[in-house]
Amino acid sequence: MHPPHRIPVFPPQEAAPHAAAFDVHEIRSHFPVLHQSVRGKPLVYLDNAATTHKPRAVIDAVSRFYERDNSNVHRGLHALSERATKSFEDARHKVQQFIGAAESCEIVFTRGTTEGINLVAQTYGRRHVGPGDEVLITTMEHHSNIVPWQLLCEENGATLRVVPISDSGELLLEEYERMLGPRTRLVALVHLSNALGTINPVRRMADAARAYGIPVLVDGAQAVAHFPVDVRDLGADFYAFSGHKMFGPTGIGVLYGRRALLEEMPPWQAGGDMISSVTFEKSSWNRLPYKFEAGTPNIAGAIGLGAAVDWLEGVDRDAAAAHEDDLTRYAMSAIGSIPGVRLIGTAREKSSVVSFVITGIHPHDVGSILDREGIAIRAGHHCTQPLMNRYDLPATTRVSPALYNTRDEIDAAVRALHKVIEIFR
Amino acid sequence: MSDLSDLYQELILDHNRRPRNYGRPETPNRRSEGYNPLCGDHITLYLVVDGETIRDVRFEGTGCAVSKASASMMTEALKGKSLEDAEILFQSFHRLVTGCPELGGKGPALGKLSVFSGVSEFPMRVKCATLAWHTMRAALEGRPEAVSTE
Repeated sequence: MHPPHRIPVFPPQEAAPHAAAFDVHEIRSHFPVLHQSVRGKPLVYLDNAATTHKPRAVIDAVSRFYERDNSNVHRGLHALSERATKSFEDARHKVQQFIGAAESCEIVFTRGTTEGINLVAQTYGRRHVGPGDEVLITTMEHHSNIVPWQLLCEENGATLRVVPISDSGELLLEEYERMLGPRTRLVALVHLSNALGTINPVRRMADAARAYGIPVLVDGAQAVAHFPVDVRDLGADFYAFSGHKMFGPTGIGVLYGRRALLEEMPPWQAGGDMISSVTFEKSSWNRLPYKFEAGTPNIAGAIGLGAAVDWLEGVDRDAAAAHEDDLTRYAMSAIGSIPGVRLIGTAREKSSVVSFVITGIHPHDVGSILDREGIAIRAGHHCTQPLMNRYDLPATTRVSPALYNTRDEIDAAVRALHKVIEIFR
Repeated sequence: MSDLSDLYQELILDHNRRPRNYGRPETPNRRSEGYNPLCGDHITLYLVVDGETIRDVRFEGTGCAVSKASASMMTEALKGKSLEDAEILFQSFHRLVTGCPELGGKGPALGKLSVFSGVSEFPMRVKCATLAWHTMRAALEGRPEAVSTE
């Protein structure tokens, strides 16, 4: 169960052909937060898997809403409410287009990925997962795609089964296909692993599940910022993601669900906006997606997310993905060559996450020392404790670039890592 | 950079490399576990208490340099101390790493433990430095279940 100690050496490459067309400095100019010093050094922000920064367009959209249109949605008769409702529903439409959903009623606004997954577990799950049934997840899931299923299985007498991975951090697909069966009620898997960077073959896995009529929920929290996602092309029945990891605000997220599934699911939270009529004897539910949006939603957040979608669609996304892949390979090569470093997660298909450990030095010490150099990275278990156990590690250090990072910033991180080793020698 | 060397002083690095009193005594009569769920740091602390005196104290676990060195140096400081002195040391150490002024008065001095004063400049690391100490207190209060400094 131990990963190989061999450090894969990626040939240092010339910048990808797209990179010339991709002007990272122009991209950076959209992000006010990047232009600051931290502890006397220029900020190097390489913690994008935790959250991304916000372009000016998103910040302005949120302030403009509060400055000009602030009002509640779906109920007012006045001009401001009309504007707020239109902006809010426009954002839903933008998200629908962004992920290739068939209809905007399939887009449920949530607080984030976690809430989206919990929503499915508590509605679809409660209705369909019973004693003796199975829910299938993978070894590389974030806690938010483990614990909701664990609770559901405990409550309903079902079994949680876990698809194993290889040492390089790839799902064992033959095992997966063997684990699918007549008792499997749902497959829940991550699209791009926040701890390993592995990009899972969702389409192939969804095809295999469909042969049994099993719906597939995809945790897209990391994926949506990095490459275009088309939920129908992927074959995802549910796809959950967060605004804040794709340059939008915190506190807003999306659950996509296929209409047929959402229609037959019971409501989740109950309250205003989710009903069509209420008497003390009986209430009936609003149509989609409002059935799942009880209470006043995060209106400004949704509008900010819509602005993030607009902003991303103004970027050459293929070039951005190529730039991120280049940074990922460059960082893996440079960090992987430091003596004592072992890369964790070396899947063939991976992007935007470089996780590693240094012999004899705890990731938190690495994190503190890099912080003093103005470099923001993450150290810890990344909310993937079962995955850390799989590698027999308490924690890793994680460098996670986004489209606004540069090779110079990776170089700064590598220099700081040498300093860490110097201190601990 | 001066502030980094304030945290990673040679004594701390040395205890990280070669933790003292690492392991389990043969007949511990107090035991507790400490855990930082956010970091994954984990410590098991064993004590041999004879009446009012700590005869032996040892630890096992994994963690960062700060938490490991803190546990190691705590075990050295506590051996032979009375339970009352252990509590006074806990208070003094806590004030030290959170940047509160010393209280003065009677009781044992921090001595070598003063090397942790640099931690107060790293608020995110206070929990690393105090994990072993909270675990010690839990063990002495007869709470063997995991304590957390989150």
